[in-house]
Amino acid sequence: MKNPTSASSTRRLLSGNEAIALGAWEAGVRYAAAYPGTPSTEILPALGQYAGVKAEWSSNEKVALDSAIGASFAGGRAIAVMKHVGVNVAADSLMTLSYTGVGGGLVLVSADDPGAFSSQNEQDNRHYARFGKFPCLEPSDSQEAKDFTALAFELSERFDTPVMLRSTTRISHSKSPVEVSMPIGRREWEPLPPFERKPQKYVMIPAHARLRHPEIEERMGAIAEYAETCPLNRVEWGDKRVGVIADGMGYQYAREVFAGFSFLKLGLVHPLPERMVRDFAAEVDVLVVVEELDPFIEEQVRAMGLEPVGKEFFPLTAELTLARVREGAMEAGLPVGKGPEPVEEREDALSIPARPPALCPGCPHRSVYFNLRKLRLLVSGDIGCYAIGVLPPFEKMDMLISMGASIGMAHGAKQAGCPDDIVATIGDSTFFHTGLPELANTIYNRGNVCTMILDNRTTAMTGGQEHPGTGVKLQGEPGHQIDIEAVVRAMGVENLWVVDAMNVAGVEQAIQEAIAVEDRPSVIYVKGECVFLPGYQRRPTAAVDPKVCNGCGFCLRVGCPAILKAEETDERTGRPKAEIDPLLCTGCTVCLQVCPRSAIYQTDQQEM
Amino acid sequence: MERITNFLFVGVGGQGILTASDIAASVGLAAGFEAKKSEVHGFSQRGGVVESHVRWGRRVGAPTAEKGTVDYLIALELLESARWIDWLRPGGALLINRQRIAPMTVTVGDQIYPADEKVLEFVRASTDDVTFIDGLAIAEDLGNTRMVNTVVLGALASRLDVDEETWLSVIEARVPPKYAELNRKAFRRGREAVI
Repeated sequence: MKNPTSASSTRRLLSGNEAIALGAWEAGVRYAAAYPGTPSTEILPALGQYAGVKAEWSSNEKVALDSAIGASFAGGRAIAVMKHVGVNVAADSLMTLSYTGVGGGLVLVSADDPGAFSSQNEQDNRHYARFGKFPCLEPSDSQEAKDFTALAFELSERFDTPVMLRSTTRISHSKSPVEVSMPIGRREWEPLPPFERKPQKYVMIPAHARLRHPEIEERMGAIAEYAETCPLNRVEWGDKRVGVIADGMGYQYAREVFAGFSFLKLGLVHPLPERMVRDFAAEVDVLVVVEELDPFIEEQVRAMGLEPVGKEFFPLTAELTLARVREGAMEAGLPVGKGPEPVEEREDALSIPARPPALCPGCPHRSVYFNLRKLRLLVSGDIGCYAIGVLPPFEKMDMLISMGASIGMAHGAKQAGCPDDIVATIGDSTFFHTGLPELANTIYNRGNVCTMILDNRTTAMTGGQEHPGTGVKLQGEPGHQIDIEAVVRAMGVENLWVVDAMNVAGVEQAIQEAIAVEDRPSVIYVKGECVFLPGYQRRPTAAVDPKVCNGCGFCLRVGCPAILKAEETDERTGRPKAEIDPLLCTGCTVCLQVCPRSAIYQTDQQEM
Repeated sequence: MERITNFLFVGVGGQGILTASDIAASVGLAAGFEAKKSEVHGFSQRGGVVESHVRWGRRVGAPTAEKGTVDYLIALELLESARWIDWLRPGGALLINRQRIAPMTVTVGDQIYPADEKVLEFVRASTDDVTFIDGLAIAEDLGNTRMVNTVVLGALASRLDVDEETWLSVIEARVPPKYAELNRKAFRRGREAVI
């Protein structure tokens, strides 16, 4: 545990995520819980470095929110952190948390991903605030991310409500200067008193829920009144020919494109300050709303009878950029400055090869997707690095929709009568997230699904976070390690294969035996460590014997970035021979195992 | 509008682009500017393209620049200089680390990695201000191939009006203490390689 040390300057460059963590810590948060998910992942590790806060990885986002709710009901300040789609998982509790309100302040961080850089959709979670009837704060840079987080706890307690802090990829993963008081100060609290029992508030049986609902409506009225004068919303007067209402990162783009004009900058985006919007609109000639994704603000402004320039000109999809805001403004005939000259298509256009993501050299998922392709099976996929299995050279994933869904989708397809042999592939962290109930369901209902649990001992896609299967907690202390194999057996799976991911033939044999099982589920537990684990053992690198290689190209089917086509061609076939980059090779031997001519051998060289 | 200086670092996952752009942004802040930095990571790190924007100015709004307005395009990989050339403003400075990292589309033989001269010819149509550096050779000479990004920062620094001490103090604060001396050397070698 350490506190950040003092720098000579008090202005530091922090990412939005680091700033949220600092704001929460300064506000005296006692408990923090999260499931990793881009772009939210870095918040909890940053918070976990500070003394005095208990920060944990939860097994999924609902568990994270539920744990934060318990901490709040017990009287402590708590924060739950997740990516936008994680809020869907937590939504069951969230909707009723709005009814109970809080004990200690409770903040839910939703990190949205406009542009879907690392997500399966680009849903706009501001809607949750309206749907669930609680306030939503939206920072526009790291300074606001820190300040708004601290304020969110105050508002949560003042109005007895959960508060959503909505970030986006650009807020979370951009760095901007933050005033940091030195030494940084934390609001300290007394130890928690015994739990204050308030069943009418905290036990949501129907009779209590009916009583709480009118209070929630009243609360939203009070927050809407607060919104009119709160420091989160401000008017910046400039040239009144154009008045721009903007929030989040949209504000930053608009600020540059509409330089010199008037702004209503919203930090509290739900509920909206109606009088403030009306007064602002009355002063300007043309009203504009700039916001990313859905017309969340715009539609409410229209409901006030105003007619802003909005989504007719600014895109609904993907993230905004300076160019998109400028183009929209120009198309709407607004008096903004011209941008850079558009780049013309060049006749000499160079053909630039694409650089798609690939499974890393040494990745334990390689043998699995190589075999699934070879056996031409239908594959129901899940969220994780192994989604790369859909790309060449594997092209072996037929459905993917959300965390844990691989098993349920495969189950339903079989139950409906799909004649194909179906394999569900799911990672270890995803298995604990929502795979467990999905597997229980297919076991209970005797679905004829082969589930492959790909255990690489980490939450790899998000950069390597611990989970129940690793048994190490976020702040480094040991937790209890849950044995996946024992869990699967205890659930009643009799047809279970445990295989080494680096044994290509062993993986193939297990799949063939598992899909031969009829009328009941089977599980293949594939074990192989992620190459990014600190303890990963590289082995001597592989090399191609050019005297034996005939350029058949079979090794390229394992999709390893370390295998290249050499300049030397085979005399007879004229095809380029294979070559292995020793700097990239980890010595996993998968290519060596699949080479039909045994032209690949393991050297005695080991790269560090 | 007050002048903002835009940098765009591009390359391939694993080349240390995020660290390099972090340092460039911190140098801007230390030199008295408002500095912002923005990158996208996640899926892109699995051998994909990595881009990171850095902006220095008296007041900076967006953390990302607009296509056609980048003053310094820093490509840590040759092919990426061509992929991102449209982001450079006409006549802007292009700094290329002369390293070729073949994407999977090329290694499996579906596409062709253009010859060095083709790439150069292509980018030169956008600017005459092209600087090359063989960062990998220098880093290998220093005995650590992970120094490439620091070498490239040294080369970039030779074009900017910020004193060397500011750069070095930011770099030292950012890297593990046992690599401080090596990074200092790498930075100076990069700087000398251009001058």
